[in-house]
Amino acid sequence: MSTSVIETKVKGIIADQLGVGEDEIKPESSFIEDLGADSLDIVELVMAMEEEFEVEIPDEEAENIKTVGDAINYITTHKK
Amino acid sequence: MSHRRVVITGTGLISALGTGTEKNWQALLAGTSGISLVSRFDPKKIDTRIAGEVKDFEPEKFIDRREVRRMDLYAQYAMAAAAMAVEESGLPVGPDVPHGYTPERVGVIVGSGIGGISSLEEQHRKGLEKGFDRLSPFFIIQMIVNMAPGLISMRYNCKGPNWAPVSACATSAHAIGEAWKSIKLGETDAAIAGGAEAAITPLGLGGFSVMKALSTRNDDPAAASRPFDKDRDGFVMGEGAGMLILEEMEAAKKRGAKILAELVGYGANSDAYHVTQPAPEGEGAARCMRLALQSAGMNPEDVGYINAHGTSTPFNDANETKAIKAVFGDHARKVAVSSTKSMTGHMLGAAGGYEGVVSALALARGILPPTINQTSPDPECDLDYVPNKAREAKVDAVMSNSFGFGGTNAVLLFKRFS
Repeated sequence: MSTSVIETKVKGIIADQLGVGEDEIKPESSFIEDLGADSLDIVELVMAMEEEFEVEIPDEEAENIKTVGDAINYITTHKK
Repeated sequence: MSHRRVVITGTGLISALGTGTEKNWQALLAGTSGISLVSRFDPKKIDTRIAGEVKDFEPEKFIDRREVRRMDLYAQYAMAAAAMAVEESGLPVGPDVPHGYTPERVGVIVGSGIGGISSLEEQHRKGLEKGFDRLSPFFIIQMIVNMAPGLISMRYNCKGPNWAPVSACATSAHAIGEAWKSIKLGETDAAIAGGAEAAITPLGLGGFSVMKALSTRNDDPAAASRPFDKDRDGFVMGEGAGMLILEEMEAAKKRGAKILAELVGYGANSDAYHVTQPAPEGEGAARCMRLALQSAGMNPEDVGYINAHGTSTPFNDANETKAIKAVFGDHARKVAVSSTKSMTGHMLGAAGGYEGVVSALALARGILPPTINQTSPDPECDLDYVPNKAREAKVDAVMSNSFGFGGTNAVLLFKRFS
């Protein structure tokens, strides 16, 4: 799966779950500060990404995923 | 109790008859049935396949799309009805608005009989399929019953008492009564009070069905809810919300609020008899009606209309009739009694709020909504049930009855405002 495909899918998940337009979602966007997510949203996002990309994101790793770019990078690196 | 008086300044209704107070009121006066075949899921082997589903609800009209996802349907109904009521009333909260109430003195008491049961079913299914470590992080906040008042308080900055009574079909009558008491006692100056329900799900419908509590008139849904009629065979599940804004009278007058009616009495008690059956002769219900009259300092003769609990179960309607006769004596023959559940179905925890609004509207507008499907008189139910057609009648006081499984009773008493 190419990075651009991953990026598109990640943005789709975020747009759906956080109710924001895809054009507002940039790699540098912070989930909490820019996209208005709270701690429960983050848990839901992580679970949705785990299911979509069949990766496991341990809690200690999830804590480091703060921006959209962090999420895309993590998935690109760990997706088999 | 105290000299403080409590008035109603806003209303919000959602039911099988539609979304919005006016839409509901007009449908009630027209004698419309909201009952139809269950469409939300396939009731399969459940004996009852009919219910009063809300059909026109668009949550995004009232709630941010993102919030909608995080809320169970019952809480969406609660929030939408609260939004309608706040808008109608113009309830001012906080120092930044003219005549704004101190946030700490505005309560939100909003209950639900059952709460987020559709979320519970969905997440249980997900747990079985994918594992119980894959549940939605929003599951608990969707399911718990006090999330409705919690969310409403966040939206309107109401920092006073915030809780959710749970007393089955008496839930929102208790909510309104307790909000009234809090204002009377001087703890608060205003409140958003009522209830919401969204339990037409496989577990909800199946659960009530196996108790043999529900009508099985599947071939004629509009005729299924027929309180006080000889051919009644159980209640029909409804859903939706009923919400009121209560304010201390002097404060409401000072800010120029439009006052719909006054809430003057409240009774709450228990049958202490049986889990589902009412006490013989409606003993607990009668005692509760007397409590409401006493708290208002009123006589039975002052009441011109009773919005009955009137569920359409053989037991309730006969017992409620006996209880009314016991309390009202000769006046029982003169007082008009109707059950709007004949049209909405039984909205369980939302019933008391919905019917509280209906009671206030009947007073303010001088029209009594009917009991529809009155075709075969029952010798055990021989009062004036306002059969089939709405009736113009200027009454001075209205009683609203709510009785719940568990033997719990709550009665509200409203008075025309002058």
